[in-house]
Amino acid sequence: MGIRFILMVNKQGQTRLAQYYEWLTLEERRALEGEIVRKCLARNEQQCSFVEHRNYKIVYRRYASLFFLVGVDNEENELAILEFIHLLVETMDRHFGNVCELDIMFHLEKAHFMLEEMVMNGSVVETSKANILSPIQLMEKAS
Amino acid sequence: MGSQGGFYQSKEFLDLVKSIGEARSKAEEDRIVLHEIDTLKRRISEPDIPKRKMKEYIIRLVYIEMLGHDASFGYIHAVKMTHDDSLLVKRTGYLAVTLFLNEDHDLIILIVNTIQKDLKSDNYLVVCAALNAVCKLINEETIPAVLPQVVELLAHPKEAVRKKAIMALHRFYQKSPSSVSHLISNFRKRLCDNDPGVMGATLCPLFDLITLDVNSYKDLVNSFVSILKQVAERRLSKAYDYHQMPAPFIQIKLLKILALLGSGDKQASENMYTVLGDIFRKCDSSSNIGNAVFYECICCVSSIYPNPRLLDSAADVISRFLKSDSHNLKYMGIDALGRLIKISPEIAEQHQLAVIDCLEDPDDTLKRKTFELLYKMTKSTNVDVIVDRMIDYMISINDNHYKTEIASRCVELAEQFAPSNQWFIQTMNKVFEHAGDLVNIKVAHNLMRLIAEGFGEDDDNADSKLRSSAVESYLRILGEPNLPSVFLQVICWVLGEYGTADGMFSASDITGKLCDVAEAYSSDETVKAYAVTALMKTYAFEIAAGRKVDMLPECQSLMEELLASHSTDLQQRAYELQAVIGLDAHAVEGIMPSDASCEDIEVDKGLSFLNGYIQEAIEKGAQPYISENERSGVLNMGNFRNQDHHEPSHGLRFEAYELPKPVVQSRIPQALLPSTEIVPVPEPMYPRETYQTPVPSNSSSAGSAELKLRLDGVQKKWGRPTYTPETSTSSSTSQKTVNGAAQVEGATTLNSTRETYASRKPQVEISHEKQKLAASLFGGSSKLEKRPATGHKVSKASSHVVEKSHVPKSSKEVASEKTAPAQPPPDLLDLGEPTDTSTVPSLDPFRQLEGLLDTTQVASAANGATAASRSPDVTALYADTPPVGIHNMGDADLLSGLSNPSVTNMPGATAKPQLTQSSGKGPNPKDSLEKDALVRQMDMCGQRDCHINMIQPYGIGGGLKIQERAETLVLCSI
Repeated sequence: MGIRFILMVNKQGQTRLAQYYEWLTLEERRALEGEIVRKCLARNEQQCSFVEHRNYKIVYRRYASLFFLVGVDNEENELAILEFIHLLVETMDRHFGNVCELDIMFHLEKAHFMLEEMVMNGSVVETSKANILSPIQLMEKAS
Repeated sequence: MGSQGGFYQSKEFLDLVKSIGEARSKAEEDRIVLHEIDTLKRRISEPDIPKRKMKEYIIRLVYIEMLGHDASFGYIHAVKMTHDDSLLVKRTGYLAVTLFLNEDHDLIILIVNTIQKDLKSDNYLVVCAALNAVCKLINEETIPAVLPQVVELLAHPKEAVRKKAIMALHRFYQKSPSSVSHLISNFRKRLCDNDPGVMGATLCPLFDLITLDVNSYKDLVNSFVSILKQVAERRLSKAYDYHQMPAPFIQIKLLKILALLGSGDKQASENMYTVLGDIFRKCDSSSNIGNAVFYECICCVSSIYPNPRLLDSAADVISRFLKSDSHNLKYMGIDALGRLIKISPEIAEQHQLAVIDCLEDPDDTLKRKTFELLYKMTKSTNVDVIVDRMIDYMISINDNHYKTEIASRCVELAEQFAPSNQWFIQTMNKVFEHAGDLVNIKVAHNLMRLIAEGFGEDDDNADSKLRSSAVESYLRILGEPNLPSVFLQVICWVLGEYGTADGMFSASDITGKLCDVAEAYSSDETVKAYAVTALMKTYAFEIAAGRKVDMLPECQSLMEELLASHSTDLQQRAYELQAVIGLDAHAVEGIMPSDASCEDIEVDKGLSFLNGYIQEAIEKGAQPYISENERSGVLNMGNFRNQDHHEPSHGLRFEAYELPKPVVQSRIPQALLPSTEIVPVPEPMYPRETYQTPVPSNSSSAGSAELKLRLDGVQKKWGRPTYTPETSTSSSTSQKTVNGAAQVEGATTLNSTRETYASRKPQVEISHEKQKLAASLFGGSSKLEKRPATGHKVSKASSHVVEKSHVPKSSKEVASEKTAPAQPPPDLLDLGEPTDTSTVPSLDPFRQLEGLLDTTQVASAANGATAASRSPDVTALYADTPPVGIHNMGDADLLSGLSNPSVTNMPGATAKPQLTQSSGKGPNPKDSLEKDALVRQMDMCGQRDCHINMIQPYGIGGGLKIQERAETLVLCSI
C-alpha cells in the first residue's frame, strides 16, 4: 500500500480534492491537511519536492495556483510519485483542455473518477490516459 | 471540450463553488459551508427530488466533508443513490459513499446488496463502479458476500473489469489473507493476461505476496525478467508510454519485485543481470521519470546478489544524482548511496563533499535524508562526529515525531559504537536533557545498568572513575531547570547508589540535592519515589560506614510531608526510610548493601523458609495445601492444562463463544468442562492461614529492589551483551574484537583513500571546516588536503555528457523503429503455459455506447444529443499517440516546458491577463493565449519552472489580485 492519500490544495491552503486510501476521521483529516499544507506551502522552489511528516512522506508538486500532494509510505519511489502527479495533471488536461483549479471544483466527481481509475488500494494501476478517460467519456455521452 | 456535457449543474451549485473559490479566509469558507449545511439539511429530505438535483446535492455534501465539516445527515441519501438506474448517478453515489463511510459503518450493510446486484450487471461500467466500491467498503465480514462474483469477474471479457476484479481480490487479501488463500493462484494466472493494464495491476498483489513469502515465487523470476525485458524493449502499447519512456510505472513495479526475489539468491540474481544492464544503458537520464527508473534499478542492484558491473553503473548514476543541481535528484542520490554502501562501502568516500553539502543544506528534507545515510555508515571511528551532529540537529528542531526518532538513533549508535564510557555518559546526558521525555524508558534503564556494571572487566578503578564522572556531571546538570522526568530518575538513582561512593561529596551534599529534586518536581511522583529511595540509600551507606546521620532540615520536612502523602507508594517509602535510619549498622548493611544493584536477588518461589511453620501446622492437624487446580476437582490436571489453555478451570465465561475449532483439539476439554463447573469448590475446608501466609522478605529491601534495574527484556548492545555476571569475561573480549575489527576496517579504508588520492591533484580550495568534517566522517585525516581533484571529476563528467548525448539519439532511433508495430504482441510471457490468447475483439466504443444507452434511461435527450454530436472529434483527438496528442491540443509550449524544465517561457509577454470566465473555456486559442500570459506573469512572481496552465480561480485573473492572494498565502503560512 504505497499511496496513503492524494490532496489538491490551492495556495491559500484550501482543499480542492481529497482522497484517502486509509480511513481517517474527519478531525484527523482536518488536522493532517492543516499540518501538511503549512509545511509544504512554506517551502521554496529550490527545495526538494518531498517532505517527511509523521509516518508519511509527502511528495508535492505545484501547478500555478494548485498544489498536488501525495502522501506515501516509506517504500515508495518519490520521483515516480512526482511523475504520477504529472501524469494525473496531463490526464486532466487532456480531458478538460487547459485544466485549471475551477475545472476541478466544478467537476469534482470527474476528477475523482479519474483517480478511481488510476489508483486502487493505494497502488497505481492504470497509466494509459485513454484507459483512464474512456469510462468518463462514455458516461458523459450516456447522460 | 467536455465542460458541461451530461454533467448538469444548476446556478445554485455554480454559485456555491464560486463563493468557496473566492473565500479569502478559513473563517469565511466555514461560514459559507455552515450556511450550505443548513440549506442542504432542509432541501435534501424534500420529497421527489429529481435525480440530477439529488446528484448535485450529494456532490455538495462531498464539498462539505472535504472542507472539514460533518455531512453525516446526508449519508443515507448517498447510499440511496447507489440504487439508481442511471450509471452516472449510481457512480456518483458510490463515490460519495466511499468518501463518507469507512468499512465498518452501519450503513454499509445497505450497500452490500446493491453491490451484489451491480456486480452481475450487463453493463461493464456498472460492474466497474461496483468493484471500485468493493475495494473501499467491503470488510472482513462482508467478503464472503461478494467473493464468488468477484472471482467470476476475473475472467470477464472487458480488461477494465478484470483489472478491477484483481484489485478487489488484492484488497480482500489485505483485509483478511485467509479468506482468499485458496484463490492466490489467480494472481499468477492474471500475470499472463494479454492486456498490459491487467498484468500491471496484478503486480501489486504479487508484490505483497512476494514480500511475505519470497520462496514460493522463485519460479516466476524468469517470467518477471521476460516481462521487464519486453517492456523495456517497447513491446507494450504506446498508450503506456510516459514522456517517451515505455511503461515506466510497470518497470518500477517489476524492479521492486525483482529486488525482493533476488535478495540473497545468486541464481535468481544472475537471471536479472542482463535486463538490469540493458535498462541502465537505455534509460533516459534527462527526464524525471527516467531517473525514477534509474533509482529503482539502483535499489534492485543493491538488493540482489551483487554484480560488479551493475554496481559500477549504479555508482555512476549516484554520482550524477549527487552532482545534479536539482534537490530532488540529490535526495534520491543520498538515499541510493545509503543502499549501495551496504554492499560497497568504499563508494561513500568519493562523494564525501557532496554528502556534507547535503548535510549542511538549509533544506530540512535533504538534511534528514543525509542523517539517515550517516546513521547507516556509522562506525566506531566516526561515531562521535555523527552523533554530535545528530544531537545538535535534534536540539534545533521542534518536530517531536522526528526528535524521537533521531534521539533513539543517537542512543542506538552510542550504545553500539561508543569510543569511551565518558563519552557515552556525556552523550546520553545530552540526549536526555533535550529529548528525555521522548526516549523509551528502556534507554534510561540501559544507562543505569551501564553505570552500575561499568565495562564489566576486572578494572574496578575504571568503573569507579566512570561513576564519579557520572555523579559529578549529574550534580552539575541538576542546576538546570525543567529536566525531563526520565532523566531525573536516572540522576536520582545514580546519586543514591554512587553519590557518596568516592568520598568527593558528603552525604549532606547529596541528600540536599535530592531534596531539591523532590521539591522542585513535586508533581512527579515517580521522580519523588526515586529521590526518596536514593535518600534512603545514602543514609544507609552512611550508617553502614559507621558515620553519624544528621538529617538536613529540608529533608526532615520532606519526610514529614511524605509520611502523610496520599500516594501509598511514597508513604511506604518514607516509612521505610524512617525505619532504616533507626537501625544499627549491621542490620542496615544486610538490607542495603553498598553497590549491590548488579547482584542477583534470589527469589524463593517455593517459600521454603515457611516449611517449619507449615510442618508445625500440619502436625497440629491442619490439612496439607492443595493447589487451586486440584481443588477444582479435575483429576487429570496436567493433561487438561496441556490440552487447552483457553478453558479456565471454573467460573463463568463472559466472552462470546469461539468459532468451532478442529475437533481433535477441543474434544478433551469439552468433555471435561462440565465437571469443572458442577463440582463445588471445596475452598472453605481449609484454614485460612495456610494461604494467607505473610508476605515474605522484609519490606525495606523490597523497596530497594523495586528501584533496581528492570533487566529483563532489555537488550544490551554495548558493554556486556547479557546480564549474567558469569559471561563477563568472554563477552568483554568479544567487545574488544569488535573494536579491533572496526579499527582494521578503518585502516583499510585509509589505505584505499591514499591510493585513490595519489592519482589526483588538489585544485579547488574547500573550506577547512568542511574538510575536517569530511575527514572525521569518512576517515583519513592525513589525506585531508588532498581532496578529490576537480580535474578528474570534470573529465569524468564530460565523458558522461558525451555518453548522454549518445543515449537519447539511439533511444530515439529505437523509438522510430518501433513505431511500426503499434499493437503489443499478444502474449507477454513465454511461460510455456497455454494461455488463453484468443484476443478480445477490440470493441467499437460507439457500439458499447449504444449498449449503454439501451440499458440506461437517459432523461435529458437534449444533453445526450449534444454529447453524441461532440463525440467524433473527441475520439479523433484521443486516437493520437500521447505526445503528439498533447502537442495538438494547443498548449504545446507549456507542456513541453513541463517535460523539459530547461525550456523557458517566452520573455516579454505583454498580453494582459483578463478576468476569465472559465466556465466557457476550451480549446479556444484565444483563451489559452490568455492563460499562457497569465502563467508567464505568475512565473515572474517567482514560481518553479515547471507549470501547467492552471488558471486562477474565478475572477482572480488580474495581476493585482494575484498579489493579494500571495499576501494571503504569507499569512497562511505563518
